[in-house]
Amino acid sequence: MSDPNPIPPNPASIPQPAAAARNTARAQGRTARLVLIALGVLFILVMLVLPLITVCVYALKQGWDVFSNAITDPYAIKALQLTLLATAAAVICNTVFGLFASWTISKFHFRGKQFLTTLIDIPFAISPVIAGLVFILVFGRIGWAYDFLQAHDLKVVFAVPGVILATIFVTFPFVARELIPLMQAQGSDEEEAAALMGAGWWTIYRKITLPHIKWGLLYGIILCTARALGEFGAVSVVSGHLRGKTNTLPLHIEILFSEFQLTAAFAVSSILVAAAIIILILRNIVEFKGRKEEHEHVR
Amino acid sequence: MGSLKPARKKNRVIPGFGLSMGVTLSMLSLIVMIPLLSIFVVLSDVGPADLWKAISDPQAVAAYKISLLCALAAALVNAVFGTILAWIIVRYRFPGRRILDGLIELPFALPTAVAGIALTTLYADSGWIGRLFAGIGVKIAYTPVGITIALIFIGIPFVVRSIQPVLEKLDGQYEEAATMLGAGLLRTFRRVVFPEIRPALLTGFGLAFARGLGEYGSVIFIAGNIPYKTQIVPLVIMSKLEQFNYGAATSIALVMIVFSFLTLFAINFIQSRLNHAAKGAEN
Repeated sequence: MSDPNPIPPNPASIPQPAAAARNTARAQGRTARLVLIALGVLFILVMLVLPLITVCVYALKQGWDVFSNAITDPYAIKALQLTLLATAAAVICNTVFGLFASWTISKFHFRGKQFLTTLIDIPFAISPVIAGLVFILVFGRIGWAYDFLQAHDLKVVFAVPGVILATIFVTFPFVARELIPLMQAQGSDEEEAAALMGAGWWTIYRKITLPHIKWGLLYGIILCTARALGEFGAVSVVSGHLRGKTNTLPLHIEILFSEFQLTAAFAVSSILVAAAIIILILRNIVEFKGRKEEHEHVR
Repeated sequence: MGSLKPARKKNRVIPGFGLSMGVTLSMLSLIVMIPLLSIFVVLSDVGPADLWKAISDPQAVAAYKISLLCALAAALVNAVFGTILAWIIVRYRFPGRRILDGLIELPFALPTAVAGIALTTLYADSGWIGRLFAGIGVKIAYTPVGITIALIFIGIPFVVRSIQPVLEKLDGQYEEAATMLGAGLLRTFRRVVFPEIRPALLTGFGLAFARGLGEYGSVIFIAGNIPYKTQIVPLVIMSKLEQFNYGAATSIALVMIVFSFLTLFAINFIQSRLNHAAKGAEN
């Protein structure tokens, strides 16, 4: 029996199934949102925040006196000084290299540019232990430079120069890698115009290139500092762990930890944690400023 | 040849090519290339028989397996959580999002040795997390699981930071359109979002994997250095060095370098394909 009076199609009712689907999709979306945020936050809390809390709690576990004794221990202070020295050397050396390398690669055309860029990345690709090993193979007892060093009464491996060299090696590409893509994106029209008007390379660099890359440069220096402060594997190979002489802060922590001086190890670690947090904050500020300037530039 | 000519001309326009190229090449050679090539100088003295003996030493082979498996497991976990983290940071707005975003970089900023001792203390049988697992008879510290956890810690920023910029550029309209057309959430992700982020995800995965293979500082404490069980390749090199067995240490280092370069090569290959795809989309 057919309906004599079929319900006329109501225009509003036609999209109803689609609307229902949309509503379930929205509800689904809200649940997914909650679950994903919970998963992500939980992951960060357990994997990243909990280790930080561990360091702080264990550092102060035996009270303030033990903590302050550990960080004012003469060996700890010596280690801190060496760490700062190696970091300063790495930052200076790698900033100079980064400025020259990025200028070469982004402003000129030459054969083998891709190859050169790959070579610069090598220290990122190899294990820090191998980075230390190569300096043993050059300057150590079996190294080809050993006789020369002996003749001039110089020591590199198991001495301060080795620690500095290893730190420079592992952080070598940091500044260059920040600057190269940035400068390539900016192109070289302005520099070419200045050159055609007769400016020398130093004037061009100071007046045109440097103002454009200052945030990127700062960003690279911050990353380089962070890595240099904490470098462990490479330095561990070449240092020889001589207390008060070739021990950096991370190596000092290793020794304390392996001697079961947990509180002291964590107290010294807390210095580096504080440095890491400062670095993170600086990094975020610099990234923010750089992005803002980039937007203004585009406008 | 036509393309070479304007290039040469450009060289002449901006001054300072010789100087900057000279400084770049000399610094690169002195600090990176010459020390690195010493590996081959030493290996030429070792000879193929000893080289093979060192490489195929059972202890080293066990270490290759542990390093590869742990780095792979950690990179897989990071691929999943890295995608989730990048997604919630880019797509959702919730309190604490900025802090979460800033914290991602922590493993880059925190010295690896500090991370290592903190993780070891946390996951040891008496630690806050280790205690929970010890209760059900699971040991984490001093097992491959512990190594994997340290490598997850180290690798997470690589994945998040690879995916994040791609997601930021990806217009939310496509996802909305897919949802409007009745596609479920999983389907929207699989068919609309995933194809876009796949190259970046692979890059992040590769970077995390490569870093995991070579990582030393954060792993050695939690690994415990038990030969055949928790000894990773960098630890084998280290122990050979402590025995002054430079030939063996260098031989095993060569294997690691080959592995790292293969990984790097794969990443570059993926990235060049990514660039091609991006250019294709623009046209």
